[in-house]
Amino acid sequence: MIEVQGLTKVYGNKTAIDNLTFTVEQGEVVGFLGPNGAGKTTTMRVLSCFMPPSSGTAKVNGYDIHTQALEVRRRIGYLPEHNPLYTDFTVTQYLNFVGEAKGLSRLSRRQKVGEVIERCLLHDTREWIIGRLSKGYRQRVGLAQALLGDPPILILDEPTIGLDPKQIIEIRSLIQDMQGERTVILSTHILPEVSMVCQRVIIINGGRIVAVDTPESLTHRLQRSTQVRLHIEGPPDQITDRLREMAGVLRVETTDGAGALHRYLVETEKERDLRQELARVVCGSGWGLLELRPVDMSLEEVFIHLVTEEPDSVTVDR
Amino acid sequence: MDIGLGGPMGILAIFKKEMRVYFASPIAYAVFTIFLVISGFFFYTLLTYFSLISAQASMNPGLATGLNVTDGIVRPLFGNMSVILLFVMPLITMRLFAEERKQGTLELLLTYPVRDAEVLLGKFLAATAFSGLLLLTTALYPLLLALWSEPELYPILTGYLGLLLLAMAFISLGLLCSSLTENQIVAATLAFGALLLFWIIGWAAMLAEGDWALLFRYLSIVDHLASFTQGVIETKDLVYYLGVTSFFLFATLKSMEIRRWKG
Repeated sequence: MIEVQGLTKVYGNKTAIDNLTFTVEQGEVVGFLGPNGAGKTTTMRVLSCFMPPSSGTAKVNGYDIHTQALEVRRRIGYLPEHNPLYTDFTVTQYLNFVGEAKGLSRLSRRQKVGEVIERCLLHDTREWIIGRLSKGYRQRVGLAQALLGDPPILILDEPTIGLDPKQIIEIRSLIQDMQGERTVILSTHILPEVSMVCQRVIIINGGRIVAVDTPESLTHRLQRSTQVRLHIEGPPDQITDRLREMAGVLRVETTDGAGALHRYLVETEKERDLRQELARVVCGSGWGLLELRPVDMSLEEVFIHLVTEEPDSVTVDR
Repeated sequence: MDIGLGGPMGILAIFKKEMRVYFASPIAYAVFTIFLVISGFFFYTLLTYFSLISAQASMNPGLATGLNVTDGIVRPLFGNMSVILLFVMPLITMRLFAEERKQGTLELLLTYPVRDAEVLLGKFLAATAFSGLLLLTTALYPLLLALWSEPELYPILTGYLGLLLLAMAFISLGLLCSSLTENQIVAATLAFGALLLFWIIGWAAMLAEGDWALLFRYLSIVDHLASFTQGVIETKDLVYYLGVTSFFLFATLKSMEIRRWKG
């Protein structure tokens, strides 16, 4: 469990994170979402006790990051952004060193190293030199290193960056497996990742928290307008004009089509369901209605909304 | 969860890791080769010169007074080895922090449950052990001498102790330089410059007067080696080397702390 209270980090005259406050419950997988330079890495470095904050405090499993840094570090598995590894070592040598540095005794080290090797599917490459491994395998080594010693909390900074799609799926499923068993904070700027693996999202931009919510309700909350997708057979110009005349319609757009068959995107006012009316109008005018469905705003769009707006105009959930 | 012993175990973990990195990288072998070739060359020239003088002394007994292998070969050899150390020690210490910072591995290392001091001591001891091995390989030369003559044992032992202490002082200064930058070349250059300054500061003693001259002579890092090669362990020299080493280790610890704040 992590409690962050008013965390601020200033580099010179640049404020990297500004008064962050949030809590992460035990067993939760929380996504840290934000554009590059939003302060994700800084937050993670502070939480992992790599560097102290300028002000504010954080408690990890009840231990203070200022006064009990060693206790905090014993309970955290950290995977930094570029997954730094000793490339001259073999996988086993490296994990053995990490086990020693984490203070595992010789006996439990052998067992735990074996466990993380199995867990991260590294058994075939255990005697390989890390420098010769592919990026996906290196990422698994990085994850294995974080998992070693069974820390209750994992902090993963951009765990899937630079991987190919197959590797991304592997790493994600490794993270998903840990749900409930460990508390995980992961940062990313890939939106689908958040909705796939996280129960909660913390969106930060410019060093401040912009929103904290579940991926679903975030999508819901930020829908300013509802969109309806239509597929209609009929004269496109007439249809567009007719739809525009309807009360509650904000915008009509032809997305694609050929001949008499076209797809339309109709944007209507929020909280106003125009689906029945739309159907009536289309059918009443004698055109053929082939499809009508509401569009759920993707998180990607939510995100663009979030980061392009002033922080004050969005209700900040703390 | 398994928390373990902490302290000594953290130092040991870092120590073993650094030793492995030393012998996995070509730098170690390059340093060993250079050190052995040059010290071997010095040994050869000293030996040849000494046998020449001895041959003349056998015809002219007046020359033979004060002629012995300890003063003629062993002591100058130790002096020469200290010069080679000046050149190679920055190469041994340059990567210890700079390289890890550049690769980003330091970030991970400093989030493991080890204290900064344990990381520092692990690295320091690894570099010291590495230099110890380097010096040990040159034990071949006194052994060769012992086959055909009778060098005094004691000055050889204290001489090696002196060289090791000198190496430790060099290492601590090198560590400080390595902790200041993420560029290995910069670290090596800084260390080499600083060591050279410490070396030649003794020359200023010739120009200065009174207490200043004493101070400069005392600061000179190589002057303190002389008594060791004569078979004498003087407290002031011991204090000097250990003092310099602890001072720079402490400075490195503070530099690590400052670096943490800067991130």
